[in-house]
Amino acid sequence: MFKILGKTEPATNINKFIIEVPEIAKKVLPGQFVILRLHEKGERIPITIADKDKEKGTITLFVQEVGKTTTEMGRLKTGDAILDVVGPLGVPSHIENFGTVLCVAGGVGVAVMYPIAKALKEKNNKVISVLGARSKSFVILENEIKNISDEFYLTTDDGSYGQKGFVSDVLKNLLATCHSPLANIVFAIGPVPMMKVVSEITKQHNLKTIVSLNPVMVDGTGMCGACRVSIGGVTKFACVDGPDFDGHLVNWNELTCRLSLFKQKEKESLDYYCKLKSA
Amino acid sequence: MEKIPRQKMPVQNAKARVKNFASVALGYTEEQAILEAKRCLQCKKPTCIEGCPVEIDIPGFIKKIAEQNFEEAIKILKDKNNLPAICGRVCPQETQCEIKCVLTKKYEPVAIGRLERFIADWGIEQIQDTRYKKQEKPRTMNNEQQTKIAVVGSGPAGLTCAADLAKMGYNVDLFESLHQPGGVLMYGIPEFRLPKKIVEYEINYVKSLGVSISTNVLIGKTKTVQELFDDGYKAVFIGSGAGLPQFLGIPGENLNRIYSANEFLTRVNLMKAYLFPEYDTPINIGRNVVVFGAGNVAMDSARVSLRLGADNVTIIYRRTEKEMPARLEEIENAKEEGVKFHLLTAPVRFIGDENNNVIKVECLKMELGEPDASGRRRPVPIQNSEFIIDIDTAVIAIGQNPNPLIPRTIPGLQLGKHGNIITDEKTGATSIPGIFAGGDIATGAATVIEAMGAGKRAARAINEYLKKSN
Ligand SMILES: Cc1cc2nc3c(=O)[nH]c(=O)nc-3n(C[C@H](O)[C@H](O)[C@H](O)COP(=O)(O)OP(=O)(O)OC[C@H]3O[C@@H](n4cnc5c(N)ncnc54)[C@H](O)[C@@H]3O)c2cc1C
Ligand SMILES: Cc1cc2nc3c(=O)[nH]c(=O)nc-3n(C[C@H](O)[C@H](O)[C@H](O)COP(=O)(O)OP(=O)(O)OC[C@H]3O[C@@H](n4cnc5c(N)ncnc54)[C@H](O)[C@@H]3O)c2cc1C
Ligand code: SF4
Ligand code: FES
Repeated sequence: MFKILGKTEPATNINKFIIEVPEIAKKVLPGQFVILRLHEKGERIPITIADKDKEKGTITLFVQEVGKTTTEMGRLKTGDAILDVVGPLGVPSHIENFGTVLCVAGGVGVAVMYPIAKALKEKNNKVISVLGARSKSFVILENEIKNISDEFYLTTDDGSYGQKGFVSDVLKNLLATCHSPLANIVFAIGPVPMMKVVSEITKQHNLKTIVSLNPVMVDGTGMCGACRVSIGGVTKFACVDGPDFDGHLVNWNELTCRLSLFKQKEKESLDYYCKLKSA
Repeated sequence: MEKIPRQKMPVQNAKARVKNFASVALGYTEEQAILEAKRCLQCKKPTCIEGCPVEIDIPGFIKKIAEQNFEEAIKILKDKNNLPAICGRVCPQETQCEIKCVLTKKYEPVAIGRLERFIADWGIEQIQDTRYKKQEKPRTMNNEQQTKIAVVGSGPAGLTCAADLAKMGYNVDLFESLHQPGGVLMYGIPEFRLPKKIVEYEINYVKSLGVSISTNVLIGKTKTVQELFDDGYKAVFIGSGAGLPQFLGIPGENLNRIYSANEFLTRVNLMKAYLFPEYDTPINIGRNVVVFGAGNVAMDSARVSLRLGADNVTIIYRRTEKEMPARLEEIENAKEEGVKFHLLTAPVRFIGDENNNVIKVECLKMELGEPDASGRRRPVPIQNSEFIIDIDTAVIAIGQNPNPLIPRTIPGLQLGKHGNIITDEKTGATSIPGIFAGGDIATGAATVIEAMGAGKRAARAINEYLKKSN
């Protein structure tokens, strides 16, 4: 059992957990994730480690409520425990001094971006950040990212905060007004459609782009093949070969379809859960 | 004297059993077991033992069954085999001990596997959980004198190695990456063939010997093997199995509802998708399922598909029935349950609909050509023999390669062509002193009993290694 030492709700539908897992806190690097299971009957779900505290032996997770498991997790409180947490999984993000880096993140992807952007800053990169959210109440980690950014932009779909529009609008603007290359590398993390659009834009400018893929996973150790993605026509397992990949090589259509594989079942599961809860 | 016939195994009726996940084979009654045991000739030079990778005293335990001395029988069995209730259910006895039984030549062999299962189950019934707890040996964790050994992976190889080392008096810590110990026994082999409760009992027995099991620890990520040595472990045994699924490498393979057997079986067995939505993990299964391959993994996938409600389940295999690697009993069971077989057939490509769901598979007819390096006749495609099958779901069960995660994280470890860890067959020693390995990680996908044999040999070798280095 892994104890929840802190739980807050920093944004609508997004819960922040501080969990005691000393072994993982000691080891984790930016870009890595855990797989957790809430209880005996639970599903194994992957969640990125947004932050850690080696001394306290804790990791921080930001979890968006989208279906049964994440909704149920949202009901947990400080002092509760999670049955299983395994990690750190995945290949850590490649961090070096690239020069200027552009960090484009949307939704809960901002939590995935945070440790990467922080590490890039520590390597003395110039960090340009572009964050996006549906509306004001969905924004997370704004100050934390701002503090490590040399340039900072924020958009909301409905214009309730920052600029109205999408991160891709900011990106297009920056690229249009910039005379020398805008950045040496782009990190784009967020919903699949967003990563896809960003990759399409940067491809036209020949700007190397790293994305963090989130296919459905089961074991997270390379054993089941559920997380397979096509990268440049080659099948890769996102849990052990990724989750970071070259955005220009990803087969986005395949990923989108594979993510919808269990849609019907997921709805059933959530309905079943809601019925149980209201009974 | 009138000959006693080989006792038949009582089984659940085929029509009923495809609707549930309960055990197919029901086990001998006491009377049947005693009758069957009496068939054994108690040979002076028992050839059956030669066929057993863990060298069970087969006539010894059978004699005790015949004498109704079950307590002695189980003792003899457990002396060599830490997991008899598992072996009695899944070992391919027909190609191991039973094929060597002297009765095989003229008559039918003694049902050694069924007797093993009978006596192991009897043992489990006797020992209540409370007695297990009482038996659990206290561990002297901080005792400097007691040597600590780490075992990685809790499949049959790791469990056997850990149990044997604990019996020798070592402090053994076993690390497992999944949330439940047991390896393939837990996530691969279905409930109706190997009830998970039985696996849990056997694992409890291993714990009762003093082995401590930590789940959710992925060696190579949570901790490296080097860090285990830094933590004071004097030797490490790696039994991480063959977890890397092979795919066919044909177009359309990443379409929706095409599963690796590992994913398919893990969802069902470990995560209990057959109890969805009470359990959270889903699985999609349509009316028409095809399974590629003809080993145990393929038979299990096919039979699970039937139980999940598929109407038509077809095994597609590129050779003939003679070459099928699955256990005889499982092939027979699958047929009885209505699994169809498309032999001498190989898939060429998958075809999907507009939502990327698989709807068809194109196949080619094959014929057997000249023998290849393995001595088996090679399947050769027949020109222009393409045909198409309508499907909703495909399961790929054509084999697993050794799990690459650990080998990748041990610098300097000598590996074979397929990423397997190269070991000394007699000792399990790897190219690095103090690191031993065995089971599927060394051999590639094999059998439970071979993995156990490797765990046993390694335990012996680790003991000698530690004595020498002291
Ligand atoms: C490497 C990785 C890191 C991730 N990091 C985060 C994170 O930091 N914060 C966060 O909120 N979410 C993260 N996710 C997504 C998160 O795993 C899913 O939202 C979660 O599994 C949904 O579970 P559910 O039961 O609530 O929803 P469901 O009802 O099961 O599914 C809702 C949607 O989530 C996706 N999904 C379902 N099951 C899985 C699964 N096992 N693995 C991946 N995706 C799935 C599907 O697209 C599905 O349509 C990450 C995913 C991956 C692969
Ligand atoms: C569906 C199926 C049916 C089968 N049917 C039969 C049968 O009827 N009869 C038979 O004899 N054989 C059968 N087999 C084969 C048999 O199960 C295997 O040969 C045997 O389990 C191998 O044992 P092992 O201990 O080497 O590995 P596994 O059983 O694979 O166990 C390895 C364990 O190590 C863990 N692990 C892996 N990497 C790490 C890591 N880095 N850190 C920590 N833990 C790790 C895994 O999670 C796993 O639990 C079947 C196999 C399958 C898949
Ligand atoms: S070979 Fe057959 S008959 Fe002889 S001891 Fe072994 S099981 Fe009994
Ligand atoms: S999640 Fe199973 S192989 Fe990646």
